[in-house]
Amino acid sequence: MEVKDLIKYLKEYDGRELKIMEVCGTHTAAIFKNGIRDLISPKIKLISGPGCPVCVTPTAYIDRCVEFARTEGCHLFTFGDMMKVPGSGGSLSENKSPEDGKARANITIMYSPFEVLEKAAADPETTYGVAAVGFETTAPVYALLIQKAAELGVENIRLITALKTAIPAIKWICDTQNDIDGFLCPGHVSVITGSRVYDELAEKYERPFVVSGFEAEHILAAIYRIVRQIEEGAGKTENMYKNAVHTDGNAKALAAIEQAFEPGPAMWRGLGMIEDSGLYLKDEFSKYDGGSHELYEDMELPAECCCGAVITGRINPDQCPMFASGKCTPMNPFGPCMVSSEGSCGIWYRNTH
Amino acid sequence: MCVAVPGRVTEIDGTTAKVDFNGNSVNVNIGLVEPKVGQYVLVHAGCAIEVMEKEQAQEIIDLFADLEALS
Amino acid sequence: MTQDNQKRIITMAHGSGGKSSAELMAEIFGKHFKNETLDKLEDAAVVEVTSGTYSIAQIAVSTDSFVVSPLVFKGGDIGKLCVCGTVNDLLMMGAVPRYLTCGFILEEGLNIDLLDKIVESMAIQAREAGVTIVAGDTKVVEGNGGMYINTTGIGQIPKGRKVSSAGCKPGDVVICSGNLGDHHACILSHRMDIHNNIESDCAVLTDVVEGLFAEEIEVKAMRDVTRGGLGTILNEIAASSGVRIELDEESIPVSDEVKGFADILGLDPLYMGNEGKLIAVVPGDQAEKALEAMKASEHGKNSAIIGRVLEGEGTFIKTRLGATRRLDVLYGEGLPRIC
Repeated sequence: MEVKDLIKYLKEYDGRELKIMEVCGTHTAAIFKNGIRDLISPKIKLISGPGCPVCVTPTAYIDRCVEFARTEGCHLFTFGDMMKVPGSGGSLSENKSPEDGKARANITIMYSPFEVLEKAAADPETTYGVAAVGFETTAPVYALLIQKAAELGVENIRLITALKTAIPAIKWICDTQNDIDGFLCPGHVSVITGSRVYDELAEKYERPFVVSGFEAEHILAAIYRIVRQIEEGAGKTENMYKNAVHTDGNAKALAAIEQAFEPGPAMWRGLGMIEDSGLYLKDEFSKYDGGSHELYEDMELPAECCCGAVITGRINPDQCPMFASGKCTPMNPFGPCMVSSEGSCGIWYRNTH
Repeated sequence: MCVAVPGRVTEIDGTTAKVDFNGNSVNVNIGLVEPKVGQYVLVHAGCAIEVMEKEQAQEIIDLFADLEALS
Repeated sequence: MTQDNQKRIITMAHGSGGKSSAELMAEIFGKHFKNETLDKLEDAAVVEVTSGTYSIAQIAVSTDSFVVSPLVFKGGDIGKLCVCGTVNDLLMMGAVPRYLTCGFILEEGLNIDLLDKIVESMAIQAREAGVTIVAGDTKVVEGNGGMYINTTGIGQIPKGRKVSSAGCKPGDVVICSGNLGDHHACILSHRMDIHNNIESDCAVLTDVVEGLFAEEIEVKAMRDVTRGGLGTILNEIAASSGVRIELDEESIPVSDEVKGFADILGLDPLYMGNEGKLIAVVPGDQAEKALEAMKASEHGKNSAIIGRVLEGEGTFIKTRLGATRRLDVLYGEGLPRIC
C-alpha cells in the first residue's frame, strides 16, 4: 500500500457522512498545512476538538499571569502562543507595553521551561514565573523542572499552572455528544499516556480511537483506519504512531507527573468545569506555586459567540456568527480559539480568508 | 497541542544531551528517557519525551506495511 | 467581567510586517499622509523630476529603520543590514541606487569600538552597492548600549523600466532568488540559544536585478522577501495585480538546516524574514531565460521557479501530496510556539 492508494480510497469514499474529531491542535494545524481536507471525500468531515491548551485557557488565568508579570521583582517566562490571549485587562503582549500609570509586564518568551532554572539560579533577587500551560505531554517537563529546582536549592521559581489532561476531556465529549464517529488521538499526549488509555473509551463508546503522528502520511493513515473500522463495524484502539507511542506510555514521565501533581477540577473555555481534568502542584511543592488554584472565572462571551460549539466540533468556525461577520478575527480576537496559532478559528481564518 | 520533533543525540552529559535537528544543536533534558548517542529522541519544550527506534523515512515505510497487514 | 476587545496600543505584532503592520499603515499613516505615490505601497516610491511640464527623470525613494538585536550576527551586522535593506528596496522598483542618508539613534553605554566597526561595515557595503552616503544625523538616548539606524535611499530609474506590484498578469511566472528563512533563523538562533551554522543572507541584490535587465527580461514585479515572509509578500502582489498566485510547495527553496530550525520552534519558513532574497514575476515565455540569468548571479545561485500567476485572487500552494490550500499573510509576530 502506498500513500496514493490511501488518498484514492479516502477521496472516493461514498458511504454515510462521517465526523472524525482530531483532538490535538497540532493535528489541526498539520491537517491545514498539508491540505488534508482537499485530499479526502467531503463526506468525511474533520472537526477540531479542544486540544489546544491556549484555546481552553480561561481569562482568570491570563489575568493571574499579567498580575504576576507586573509585580516588581517578578519575571514571567511563557511560550509565544500565550502572548496574545485576551485577559480582562489586556493580553500579556499588551501589558508589555506600558500604559499610563501601569507597571510594565516583565516577560520573556521561552523555548523550554528549563531556561528559567539557569536564570533563577543566577539572579536570586528576582522571582521567576513560568506560565505552565499544557497537557500530559508538557506536565512531566514542569515536574522535572521543579524536582531539579528542589535538588539545586533554587527557590525563586513559581509555576502558574493551567495544566490539563486530555483524556478526561475526550471522555466528557463522548458523554455529552454522540455524533462523533471516531477520534484521531493526540500523538504526543499518547507518547506519555500510552495508547491503552483509549481502550476503555473505545469499548464503552464503541468507536474507533486511532493514535496518529504529525506527518501527512500519519494523518491519512489514521483517517483511513478510522474509516475502515467504521465500515467494518469495529470500534477499537489502533496505534499508527508506533515509533513514538507505546502501549503503556512513558513510565518515567507518568511517575514524574504523579510525584509533582495531583488531579483537580479545571475550567475549559467553551466546555466548562470538568472534574479531574486539571493538574495542580502537590502540597510538598506548594512553595513553587504561583497562585494556580481556582482560576476558573472566564470572561462573559457575547451571546453570539460559539466558542464552545466550535471546540466540541458541533459547528465549523465559519458557522459562528462572530466569525462570519468579521467581529472576531486574528487581529481582534474574542476567544482564544481565534488567538492561538493552533486554535480552530485562527487556522480556519488564515486558510479561508 | 504539543509540538515535538525528532532529533539525533550527539552527546550525553548526565541528564542533559546535545540533540541535533538537521544541523541545529540544542541542549535537551533527558530526565524522562534513557537514550544512547546516535539514537533519535522526540523533543518537546527542550525535553526528550521518548526514544524513537527508527528514522522518520523508515517509519513511514513501516507504517504502510502495517496498513497492508491490517487491510 | 468583559474584555476590552478594542484596546488601542501598539504591540510587537504591529512591527512584524504582517497583517497588523498593514492595518497600522492604513489606519494611521495612510489616513493622514494619503497621496497617490504613498497609496501604491510599493517598496520604494517613484517620483518624477520635471522641467516645466516635461518629465526628465524618474527617481525612486525609500526609507527604512533597523532595530535588529543582536547588533552583530553571523553573516553581517546592523551596519551592513541598513545599507542592504534600503538599497534592495530601491532595486525592487528597477532603480539604480545612488545616494543614502543615515540617522543614528545611539543608546548611552554603547561601545564606541563596536560603533566604529558597524559604521565601517556600512561604508564597505555602501561602496560595494555603488551608493554614496551623503547626509547623516546622530542622537543619543538613555538605554542599555543598543543602537538603531534609519537609512533613506535615492535611486534613478533608467528609461523604459516599469516594475510594479500591480503589473502581474495570468501566464506570468514567479521566481524566488534563493533559500528562504536564513536571516530570521540566524537572528532567532542567537536569542533562543540554538546552535547552528545558519548565516544571515543579508546582501545587496544588484547583481540579481541587473542580471535580469541585462538579459532584457520584462520584469513585471519584484519584491524583496523581508518581514512577513513569502506568504505575506505574494498576497500583497496578488491583491495589487488582481490575480491568483499558485505556488508549488516542493519547489520553494529552503535549506535543511532552516527547515530543522523552523520545526523546533513550530515556525513556517514561508513566513520567515530574509534580507537578501527577492521574488521576480516575469512573463511565462521568458521564465527559463530569467531563471538562468538569476542563477548566474552570486546572490541568486539557488534561484528557483516557485509558482505561476493565474486568473482569480489570493495566494495558494500545492502541497507535496497534491492538495491545494490557501497561503495567507502572516498574522501576529511569528513567535516560537510550543503548544
